[in-house]
Amino acid sequence: MRFSSTSAPGGRASSAPLVGDAEEPTIFELSAPSRRSFSLRETDVPAMDLGPIEAWLRDEPVELPEVSERDLVAHFTRLASRNYSVDLGAYPLGSCTMKYNPKFADQVAAIDGLTNVHPATPPEAIQGWLRLFHELERYVCEITGMAQATLQPPAGASGELTGLLIMRAYHASRGRTPRKVVIPDSAHGTNPASVSLAGFQAVTVPSGANGLVDLAKLRELVDDDTAGIMLTNPNTLGLFEEEIREILEVIHGVDGLAYYDGANLNAIVGVARPGDMGFDIVHSNLHKTFATPHGGGGPGAGPVAVVEHLADFLPGPLARSLDGGTSYTWMTPRRSIGRVHAFHGNSVVLARALAFMKYLGNEGMRTMSELAVLNANWLRARLADSFAVAYEQPCMHEFVVSAEALKAETGVRALDVAKALLDSGFHAPTVYFPLVVHEALMIEPTETESPQTLEAMASALENIVAMAHKDAAAVVSMPRNTPVRRLDEALAARRPILTEDQRLR
Amino acid sequence: MPSFAPHTDEEIQQMLADLGMSSLQELYSSIPAALLRTEPLALPPDQSEIEVLEEFAAYGAQNAAVRSSLVNFAGGGAYDHDLSAAVRHLGSQSAFVTAYTPYQPEVAQGVLQALFEFQTIIARLFGLPIANASLYDGAASLVEAVNMAVGFTKERRILVSAGVHPSYREALGTFGAGTHLLLETIDLCDDDSTCFPSADEETEVPRAGAVIVGYPNYFGAIEDLAAARAMADRRGALLIVVADPVALGLLRSPGEFGADIVVGEGQSLGIPLSFGGPYLGLFAAKSEYVRLMPGRLVGETLDQEGRRAFVTTLRTREQDIRREKATSNVCTNQTLMAIQAAIHMSWLGKRGFQMLARRNYDGAHYLAQQLAGIGLAASTTHFFREFTVHTPISATELQHRMLAHGFLAGLVPPGHDDRLVVVVTEARRRVEIDGFVDAMAKELR
Ligand SMILES: Cc1ncc(COP(=O)(O)O)c(C=O)c1O
Repeated sequence: MRFSSTSAPGGRASSAPLVGDAEEPTIFELSAPSRRSFSLRETDVPAMDLGPIEAWLRDEPVELPEVSERDLVAHFTRLASRNYSVDLGAYPLGSCTMKYNPKFADQVAAIDGLTNVHPATPPEAIQGWLRLFHELERYVCEITGMAQATLQPPAGASGELTGLLIMRAYHASRGRTPRKVVIPDSAHGTNPASVSLAGFQAVTVPSGANGLVDLAKLRELVDDDTAGIMLTNPNTLGLFEEEIREILEVIHGVDGLAYYDGANLNAIVGVARPGDMGFDIVHSNLHKTFATPHGGGGPGAGPVAVVEHLADFLPGPLARSLDGGTSYTWMTPRRSIGRVHAFHGNSVVLARALAFMKYLGNEGMRTMSELAVLNANWLRARLADSFAVAYEQPCMHEFVVSAEALKAETGVRALDVAKALLDSGFHAPTVYFPLVVHEALMIEPTETESPQTLEAMASALENIVAMAHKDAAAVVSMPRNTPVRRLDEALAARRPILTEDQRLR
Repeated sequence: MPSFAPHTDEEIQQMLADLGMSSLQELYSSIPAALLRTEPLALPPDQSEIEVLEEFAAYGAQNAAVRSSLVNFAGGGAYDHDLSAAVRHLGSQSAFVTAYTPYQPEVAQGVLQALFEFQTIIARLFGLPIANASLYDGAASLVEAVNMAVGFTKERRILVSAGVHPSYREALGTFGAGTHLLLETIDLCDDDSTCFPSADEETEVPRAGAVIVGYPNYFGAIEDLAAARAMADRRGALLIVVADPVALGLLRSPGEFGADIVVGEGQSLGIPLSFGGPYLGLFAAKSEYVRLMPGRLVGETLDQEGRRAFVTTLRTREQDIRREKATSNVCTNQTLMAIQAAIHMSWLGKRGFQMLARRNYDGAHYLAQQLAGIGLAASTTHFFREFTVHTPISATELQHRMLAHGFLAGLVPPGHDDRLVVVVTEARRRVEIDGFVDAMAKELR
């Protein structure tokens, strides 16, 4: 199968211009004493006596750069040009849902009445924010099939820990202290890390040959000491856990709770809901499914929604109305586990996500998921001759292939394939995750790439495989078109230079 | 149907045909029928972008924004500063905004180098050799610092000054339920600073994992970090300081006083108030703790051709490799805010940052003098830009009445309805300060 080119691939960045390949100086190297960019207002406040703080006064000002605004702007503009991004091209980084981030949401983030509000403003003067939060909570709950939600967790991992602490508080309220939380071997690293931080012990349930939770093994593992389970569905292999109801029955059978890691929600919005599957606690990575920009590594937002009987444990405060929606105020649930953020979470990220949901509407969100799944399945089929797909059944919004055979035949590893893809104008897929597939390449095209882009990406991967067989050394020497080439990561770890001063020492 | 997907109807049909399918529903054949929804979500239909924007502008109109509606005297980890045009412009470049974690350093040198510069700025500011590439916010940084101290000392008893931000202390309690922390409070003296016991009062004290103080604290008091260090030493504990980064434009760094870990809220360094987020968790430590650090660390190295380049390093601490034994569960952090802080701090520069800190100091001390003139003397003796006054009427009520005058009159500390914590930044002009004092005088007459 091929996709005929009715148009050029919009997601290929191979034409991005590069001016030379020299190092960019650091901002400190651009600095010269008494150069300046700053410009401070005249406040007319008189100079006050420093006497009261004399004992604490520093001798020298903090050694910050001294640069002209012209040099500052040039430096950070050049740095930006040394970075790949979704706005530049396709970013099939599995599990991260790097879809296009619509520009109108940037304008939402710039609204004065949203962005210039102090978080401790009394409720009477933040009715707009409280309404917005309440509305977003309703959307999150409807999409996930839950009853109430906290918007505080600033990312998925924070949501996981919040959810697990709710799990802990629930068991404690019933006079129980079960210790184990079951996670599949395909789980994301944040899951076991969160389990430990919540004071539980992570117990791993293996995947069967079909990539799904092995129900028989699960039954053997689960007992009265089981607090719950953490699953993503579709799982990190991009497969839907078909026996999800049976799995969760096993957990509920010992009075355990079921936690849904919403990192993969992009596959199923409007199609199926975690609540209907039987989950009790759900986080959603709004930065993934609902298209808020990832900011080079963050910020995100990871609201946690729960079934009604757990709502009493949610972190407070929550935006609530006591008069049927005329006005809103803050309320903290009776048995709240306490706050998980200094303020109300990543509020402006939350606003962006709600704007995206409203733009697409109920049916548009479903179409979003359908096309994400269509793209993944098509690309998976298109690549079937180049790579072994890890699992045979149709995938959801992402899929995993293995470069194990390629490595055996040519010595070219998954990592090399990823690096070589950079030279073709695409970001690399996720590699070596999930851990259950050897030489894994985890590919998530998202719904916002055109079939022409998928075709171009597939041909690029095909060419890499062909080149590996002809001239493996050439592949291993890639990338060559990027601002820097492969890095000496061992050197970085052996002799860590984490600041300018550690280099100079 | 609105969509950001580029597919034409024909293309969808062809892709389905390639897969031997006739409808999009068939893609979901692996989902049990009982779980498939037949009804659309009970949510409104789509809207055009302009309609969505109008709706959000309406939400915005129902909030009192600082400057346009309110003159702000509230801080508590969220400060109203003037922002440079440079940070607004450079911080919104799409190459920073729409990238993700620099997993492929060959195409992420922009984010990586900006983070390396950020780490350097924070390390210098806090007076410690290393800093990480950001955590969620000040509260999260404190929680991570405590986890690190417990990991190092193996002691779960944590002594927290009552002057540490109440929300941070609450978060410590929330997460401490999972890590089995034993939290003990160190009380404050009348001048709002921590009442550190003297060495003779403490001949036999149990070991502890950490002593935590603010610098300045939530009520504005600049703490005696030498006393805090001594108290920590008597317990074999690490000293964790929650610092206001702007204060360090004038004050000695916590590192100079021997702090082991310094954390803080970085919102002041070029990030809008944003109703509390996204903000920026700052985290710096002594080098000996490097392998226990939470979050990402960017390090310098060389590429194959010998060019200087940057990469995330010491990754074996992190959740994706270490899993249940990781130093932290953080994955997505606040990188964009860290980059913005690096830009803003570079724009302020060495002298600008010092001048800005001085103006904060002058403004706050001028306000304190004026408030003393109407009978509201500050209880805080040694302060930088934030201080506490005791109100003769309910502080919540006073705050409410001041809203009508167009002022956000500081913060009411939880559990202290007779106090207001007020702040002045470089954004407050003398006429605003005078107007605030006049309005307070009217309300208290
Ligand atoms: C499956 C899965 N779970 C959890 C997470 C953690 O989410 P976040 O990065 O928002 O903390 C991720 C993100 O990378 C993920 O892919």
